[in-house]
Amino acid sequence: MSEKIKFGVVVFPGSNCDHDAYHAAKHALYQDAEFLWHKEPDLKNSDVIILPGGFSYGDYLRTGAIARFSPIMNEVIRFANNGGIVVGFCNGFQILCESGLLPGVLLRNSSLQFSCKHVHLRVEHNQSKFTSQSKAGDVLRIPIAHGEGNYFAEADTLKVLEDNSQVVFRYCDETGKITDAANPNGSLNNIAGIVNKEGNVMGMMPHPERACEAELGSVDGKKVFESIINNFVLQIV
Amino acid sequence: MYQSTITITLRPSILDVQGKAVEHGIHTLGMTTVQNVRIGKSIQLLVDAKTEEEAKRVTEEACKKLLANPVMEDYSYTIHKV
Repeated sequence: MSEKIKFGVVVFPGSNCDHDAYHAAKHALYQDAEFLWHKEPDLKNSDVIILPGGFSYGDYLRTGAIARFSPIMNEVIRFANNGGIVVGFCNGFQILCESGLLPGVLLRNSSLQFSCKHVHLRVEHNQSKFTSQSKAGDVLRIPIAHGEGNYFAEADTLKVLEDNSQVVFRYCDETGKITDAANPNGSLNNIAGIVNKEGNVMGMMPHPERACEAELGSVDGKKVFESIINNFVLQIV
Repeated sequence: MYQSTITITLRPSILDVQGKAVEHGIHTLGMTTVQNVRIGKSIQLLVDAKTEEEAKRVTEEACKKLLANPVMEDYSYTIHKV
């Protein structure tokens, strides 16, 4: 394989963090990146697929509900089912839930307000493909920007998530404490990011792609990208 | 042709924050006897089907695959010939 990892960034009508994700991968992490138009069912040999943030299809019907049926999504689902790494940030997380690649759903924020600010996330463990470059308990400062980020799943689904350590990020205060006050949207168990059972698909409401350069106020988002890249480095060795 | 009228509501186990806010507004207007406000969606479809059975099948499939998310929503519908 080439020495750089290729990030394929899917562009849906209404995506608005596609350029942020592309920029982070290409210019902050020095990897390859390419946009993938949702109507073309071709992942163009990407190593990693990013479903970016935004408001695909205007959030009509439900967030992510219509994007989930875009032609490219059949390929994304096939790629994920074959073990390919797929990440969804914000609206991407919502699309992953709608497509069934991740369990649960993102409801309207309990405050009913769109929330746009930096939050703190506690890294739950570093045994995932998305957190390997952090330590368990690390606190990352990463922005959120969403109106529907209130993670919900039925009790049995939630138990499976917790029992399998599929929760990778939780909203916390700056010291790493999990509190109601630090939960910006009402998510169950302060869940900010989860992985699937196989560990190759991850969705999170916060935007690591917007926290990869000091000029933007935080570089903590790089940890997520560096963890993803590290999977491939390990494969070469 | 058959007209389907679909109603989608949040499942009872899910806190409807929008409904709560509206309930609060109704109480502010003095209608304090109102409770349990739930907000949903109404979707109308025209189905080109020969029988009601067929229209029902198409409506059901649309609800299951796209219009409602069973994790958080319930749906019901009525169908009549037009």
